[in-house]
Amino acid sequence: MGQFIQQLINGLTLGAVYGLIALGYTMVYGIIGMINFAHGDIYMVSAIISVTALTLMSAMGITAVPLALALALIIAIAFTSVYGWAVERTAYRPLRNASRLAPLISAIGMSIFLQNMVQITQGARVKPIPTMMPGGIELFSHNGFSVHLAWTQIMICVVTVVLMVAFTGLITRTSFGRQQRACEQDRSMASLLGIDVDRTISYTFMLGAALAAVAGVMVTVYYGVVDFSIGFVAGIKAFTAAVLGGVGSLPGAMLGGLLIGLIESFWSAYLSPEYKDVATFAILIMVLMFRPSGLLGRPEVEKV
Amino acid sequence: MNALVEQDLGGIMAARLKDALRIGLVALLLGLPMLGLATQDQGSGLTVLTRWPLLAEFVGAVFVGRLVLQWLVDHFHLRKLQRERVAAKTAVVVQRPWLAWLGRVMLAFALVLPIAFSGNRYVVDTATTVLIYVMLGWGLNVVVGLAGLLDLGYVAFYAVGAYSYGLLSTLFGWGFWQTLPVAGGMAALFGVLLGWPTLRLRGDYLAIVTLGFGEIIRIILVNWTDFSGGPNGINSIPRPSFFGLEFKPPGDTPTFASFFHLDYSADQRVIYLYYLILVLALLTNLFVSRLRRLPVGMAWEAVREDELACKALGINVTGIKLSAYAIGAMLGGFAGVFFAARQGFISPESFVFSESATILAIVVLGGRGSQLGVVFAALLLVVLPELGRDFSEYRMLLFGAAMVLIMVWRPGGIIARREPTLRLVGLVAEQGAAP
Repeated sequence: MGQFIQQLINGLTLGAVYGLIALGYTMVYGIIGMINFAHGDIYMVSAIISVTALTLMSAMGITAVPLALALALIIAIAFTSVYGWAVERTAYRPLRNASRLAPLISAIGMSIFLQNMVQITQGARVKPIPTMMPGGIELFSHNGFSVHLAWTQIMICVVTVVLMVAFTGLITRTSFGRQQRACEQDRSMASLLGIDVDRTISYTFMLGAALAAVAGVMVTVYYGVVDFSIGFVAGIKAFTAAVLGGVGSLPGAMLGGLLIGLIESFWSAYLSPEYKDVATFAILIMVLMFRPSGLLGRPEVEKV
Repeated sequence: MNALVEQDLGGIMAARLKDALRIGLVALLLGLPMLGLATQDQGSGLTVLTRWPLLAEFVGAVFVGRLVLQWLVDHFHLRKLQRERVAAKTAVVVQRPWLAWLGRVMLAFALVLPIAFSGNRYVVDTATTVLIYVMLGWGLNVVVGLAGLLDLGYVAFYAVGAYSYGLLSTLFGWGFWQTLPVAGGMAALFGVLLGWPTLRLRGDYLAIVTLGFGEIIRIILVNWTDFSGGPNGINSIPRPSFFGLEFKPPGDTPTFASFFHLDYSADQRVIYLYYLILVLALLTNLFVSRLRRLPVGMAWEAVREDELACKALGINVTGIKLSAYAIGAMLGGFAGVFFAARQGFISPESFVFSESATILAIVVLGGRGSQLGVVFAALLLVVLPELGRDFSEYRMLLFGAAMVLIMVWRPGGIIARREPTLRLVGLVAEQGAAP
């Protein structure tokens, strides 16, 4: 029982991070119908930037954890969204009217580029940062197994919930959100109605990158180590989450993220940690066999 | 009049400078956290290293580069030309008979290559690698280029072929030619296994499922140590022999060198392997180009163009897709057998996602459906990193950048061709150009 609750907490924390990254995939997919293969690497770039920012701040004597964390978040979001913008500009915009595979390949190229760029400029070694939020609270103890809720886990869950609420508000209530949804429905119609489609797509990429940036900062603080190669695995997990929930559906991305996180943490705890990724993909395949457009996705209407 | 032009020029210059400054600012923002700052492990923890000169050089280079690029674009009307070229291409179907000739020239070159570069083992080795990728590209072309199904896990079938040969030869002493059909069959089986659950899926859902399938195979190979040797892989896989004659120094049994009364040289095996993969690749090409003329090949292209119409016409879409998966996978399996035989050692390291991405890139860069395009793309993607070996640190960086640039430059691939193999002209079916 104790272990079950503990794994539930761990799984939800992991799932929240996947969900945040998955939102970026889903948003970009919704608007341009493309999987942004470089998105996982954007997340990795953010994690690396946050290490630099946190190190810089501790050198400058900013030791108050909430302040340091807030500053790191702002810095990471600011720089990472520029990366998101640049990726869209170089790898996607020139290929907007090309066949579907062309942007996929250029995105894979971009992903390889980003990963190697970070490896060369920042070094290949694992970057550890000092523990920022040690400890947590002990929820209860059962048969000698005590269930812990770490402060970092609380932080991740709180930040994710706040972001989700803010993000839903942004998409449903602001004029940018309206434009974004209009572009998702019909890009050419939206542009006829005076919406700057290019700018909306740019902002969507920046927004997705900003969400990945938050995930990157939180993971840095949570695990305390980061390196240049974390983007690929996190990227495919989040991508899987987005597909599982139904690509294009925002609540679906979050739900998919949480499910993947839970599957992973329970599978590692009770069955075999080595095969946790196999389990993730196998369950994905099974879900897709019965619901080909994901859990919350709407089936595509085929037109002749 | 002159004053007007001058004022106009001044305006253009100001606009260009503004644009370059904007791009320079973006470069500054991009470069600051990566080039300007870096964290270093100093034993007691991380410290931040600043590299302002490097950052300044980068921003300066981007600023000047942007100015030059803008000047080039304006001066040579590059954009306009490009647009016209695209328009011309889409408007008329261009028949290019010279492509067939180019193909023949390249084939002739491939045939004489080991003789022309005899003694230069490095060139022959690189050419062999190119041919492996050509074969893989031709195999994946069936799935992606002809049937229009996106496959991000193609490397799984390559792995199935390689491990089939690795295990059958080390455990049961099977030979290369004995294993080839079995491994091809195994890979085809896996192809059907993957294809079956994905038949209802479209586009990107298919992409993630195939990606997941490739990862599943790799993770199983890494973790199922009893079966696959785990991360250590399989060692001392026997090399293929020439009709029972082995390539080794003279001994008790007749070897290749002693049978033909030649002096033994290690190059003989390298050259033999080169011709072996050349023959396999040519057979693949022949096989695929013949299949394209058969009903099943035409059905692949029909499904690619319009699945719904095919269903409406009563074509068995399920069977068509499965056959594309099976045949593509089989060809990948053959390539895998050759790979294992050539390396003599295999491990899961060789079958990672980036390998799948490279093969897919070869197909897409080459131009989907174009057999010759695959050859060019394979040449480019294998030789480019080889050339970069001197600055090996930047190899993959340049590789990634090249992938983006080539796609932006030619989104349809090097040889953009999406015409059907058979074309109906005035109610008479006429065969398209061969390559």
